[in-house]
Amino acid sequence: MTTANPAHAAATAGAAPAPITRPDAQVHFGVFFQGVNHHTVWSDPRSGSQTDFASFVHVSRTAERGLFDAFFLGEGLRLRESHGRLHDLDVVGRPDAITQLSALAALTSRIGLVATQNTTYNDPADLARRLASLDVLSGGRAAWNVVTTDNAWTGANFRRGGYLDHEDRYVRAEEIVRAAQAIWDSFADDAVATSRDAASWAQPGSVAPVAREGRTLRTHVTPTVPRSPQGHPVLFQAGDSPAGRTFAANNVDVIFSAHGSDLDDALAFARDVRRRVVAAGRPADDVKIFPGTSFVLADTEAEAREKQRWLVREQVTPATSLSLIGQIWGEDLSHLDPDGPLPDHDPVARPIDGTRGAARQGADPTAIARALRTRAEQEGLSIREVVIATDRGHNGFVGTPDSVAERLIRFVRTGAADGFNISPWLVPDGLDDIVDRLVPALQERGAYRTAYEGTTLREHLGLRAPLTRRQANGTERTAVGA
Amino acid sequence: MAHQPLVVAVELDGFGAHPAAWRASTERPDAVLDPAALRRTVLAAENAGFAFATFDDALTTTDATAHPAEVAARLDAIVRASFAGPLTTRLGLAPRVQPRSVEPFHLAAQLASLDIATLGRAGWVVGDDDQPGLADALDRVVPETPEARRQEVRDVVTTVRRLWDSWEDDAVIKDVTTGRYIDADRVHNVEVTTATFSVHGASITPRPPQGHPVVIAPEDVLDPSLADVTLVAGPDAEEVAFRAERARRQGATRVLAEIAVVLDDDTAPGAGGQGNRGSAAQRLAALDAHVPWQPDALRFVGSSFGLVALLEQLAPAVDGVRLHPAVLTSDLRVLTRQVLPRLHATRLARAPRLGQSLRDVLGLDRPENVFSRKDVA
Repeated sequence: MTTANPAHAAATAGAAPAPITRPDAQVHFGVFFQGVNHHTVWSDPRSGSQTDFASFVHVSRTAERGLFDAFFLGEGLRLRESHGRLHDLDVVGRPDAITQLSALAALTSRIGLVATQNTTYNDPADLARRLASLDVLSGGRAAWNVVTTDNAWTGANFRRGGYLDHEDRYVRAEEIVRAAQAIWDSFADDAVATSRDAASWAQPGSVAPVAREGRTLRTHVTPTVPRSPQGHPVLFQAGDSPAGRTFAANNVDVIFSAHGSDLDDALAFARDVRRRVVAAGRPADDVKIFPGTSFVLADTEAEAREKQRWLVREQVTPATSLSLIGQIWGEDLSHLDPDGPLPDHDPVARPIDGTRGAARQGADPTAIARALRTRAEQEGLSIREVVIATDRGHNGFVGTPDSVAERLIRFVRTGAADGFNISPWLVPDGLDDIVDRLVPALQERGAYRTAYEGTTLREHLGLRAPLTRRQANGTERTAVGA
Repeated sequence: MAHQPLVVAVELDGFGAHPAAWRASTERPDAVLDPAALRRTVLAAENAGFAFATFDDALTTTDATAHPAEVAARLDAIVRASFAGPLTTRLGLAPRVQPRSVEPFHLAAQLASLDIATLGRAGWVVGDDDQPGLADALDRVVPETPEARRQEVRDVVTTVRRLWDSWEDDAVIKDVTTGRYIDADRVHNVEVTTATFSVHGASITPRPPQGHPVVIAPEDVLDPSLADVTLVAGPDAEEVAFRAERARRQGATRVLAEIAVVLDDDTAPGAGGQGNRGSAAQRLAALDAHVPWQPDALRFVGSSFGLVALLEQLAPAVDGVRLHPAVLTSDLRVLTRQVLPRLHATRLARAPRLGQSLRDVLGLDRPENVFSRKDVA
């Protein structure tokens, strides 16, 4: 999963307030469970199992009680490593997303069920069918969070190995998404007999075999799953690179972004996405933007800040602070004193390429290291203190339910976001105060639904028909009003 | 009782085992897509006290226009079994999965996740991979000869078991003092290399409650010594007994006989389709008039008493049976109302108890972890 880049937390002082362009916009929520990296606190006495089914049941049902649009599950293709060894400081282990969501589909009735699935190490016919099966059994609540991967380190767990060049990762992604859409469209709407006395179970010619051959895939298949009530599973995407944004603009319904902490940064991201969406021939609001975020809520602002200070110290343990520094420096620094100074040498020269599942993908480690050293020297901070001071945990929303509600409403009404994808830092109870206190604060302001209006995820998100279905129905992509 | 109770399993795919079952079902033709219908079916199986349910599957199908009478839609079996998980508390759930259709790494995680979500009630019916259209559907080159295929099935099963073992049961330690969530020494790379694939690392999913979900395979698909449950099929009881004995000699742990059943159904409401009522022979003739059915299993056509007698006859030779009801809304109902109660009353079979894993129900031990080093203090 993509994680937030601290470099995006730009300064906002002196900027003119963003105009309210969407005065009636509503805040939408999703929940991303379970998170990656060190933001999930497993050491607290309230922290339950990260993998027991009961934890997933509690989170998904709490989210549904809070009228969330969607419940997200991540994907793991290889366990994280640090310096060639299993990374042992953070929560590790997760269920298979579609299998787990299928079980949760039986216990929920409205909330969307989003499976993160990579495009590189899945078979198109199998993946499309599994997603479609979840979509049908859940009554039109499934989504696919499309992620790419390309490296041989991950490929070592799969039949095809590291077969895909980095530049081709979105070629493959687009080919597999298009293959999936073709598979999802193979049944005519009236294919299935309505009577036991019909001449055949499926109307003759009503199930079209799919044949796709591209640069990176080949499949000839007679699909077996008709469309669900929402047409296709909703498509999410999280890639932040220019190629990723263009892919999103051309193909997906929702972007799960890393731009949700700073309003100007979020606005700039949203403008860029909408420009690409329009360039792709789609209405500007055709792609919804859901930044990932977290919340720290308390009765007063001071209590919330105190809770945040406690939280970050729980997240950034002494061992974790050394691990995070070691990731930047590119060497095992676990022998250092976390209460002592940063290393005084520069990181070993190599890019942090994210191939070991680490955060801060693509950033320049030397620049990050120098910035950390400068800050530590200026403020007299130890390793752990400087990691805490710069941790992404600061980028969530901290405050009273009322003040956080006001800030969220500002994000959606200025067009900086359509909703937020929340990563709870405590499992399984981390959503409880959000649903019990923040959601009512938003509802009091007329900025959050008080009941589900629809039954499908596509309806919750306010999305139009799937892209291929608009074309099939003869509707001009650009003619659909906002 | 001279024998252990028989394990009685049931196949629940589609409308029933007969290809024309949809015409005789009281469900609508689109019920194979209906979560409420799936819920009704699995609850009926659980309430009757079946040991486990299986869900047949294949990635693709033959061209619907070539076989217009057959049901052309089917949802993924793991998705169906997982959906059934929280709706049930005792019933084992075993999807059929073709070993070639899925990456071994994903398959191990999927079945482990099913086991976690069902608190230890998951099984895996190993598919034979000999499906029309499967090779064309898959986005890779697959071995075509029967022996190469069989070897790959073996390799996938062995690899999936290693992936289930890649986490020791006590790998999560939550050691607050050192900040370690997991003991890295208790998670192991599987480092498998076979003729057609390799897998390097540990599973993404922890070792499931049963250690290994129950591996169930027909004798001609997987060597009995590699399965937990071997399925044997023969044209009559004598042949079934012979094959069961042969499978045991080949190392089978548990042997279940495949039996297709068509039962007298005089209790059905009149609202059903043509094949819904009457004697078993009449019902079968009506179904066969639409599409002839030639199951490769032993087929029983007759009364519920006759079926119980057949099971009594088979009991010395096998550990249990998997029943394939011809039409679920008829034959499953007769099984639940007339057959299972009689088996339970005579203690020829026993319903699973709350809290039992599928391994418990089958009398199977929880497997040792190949990576555990018991000699290390």
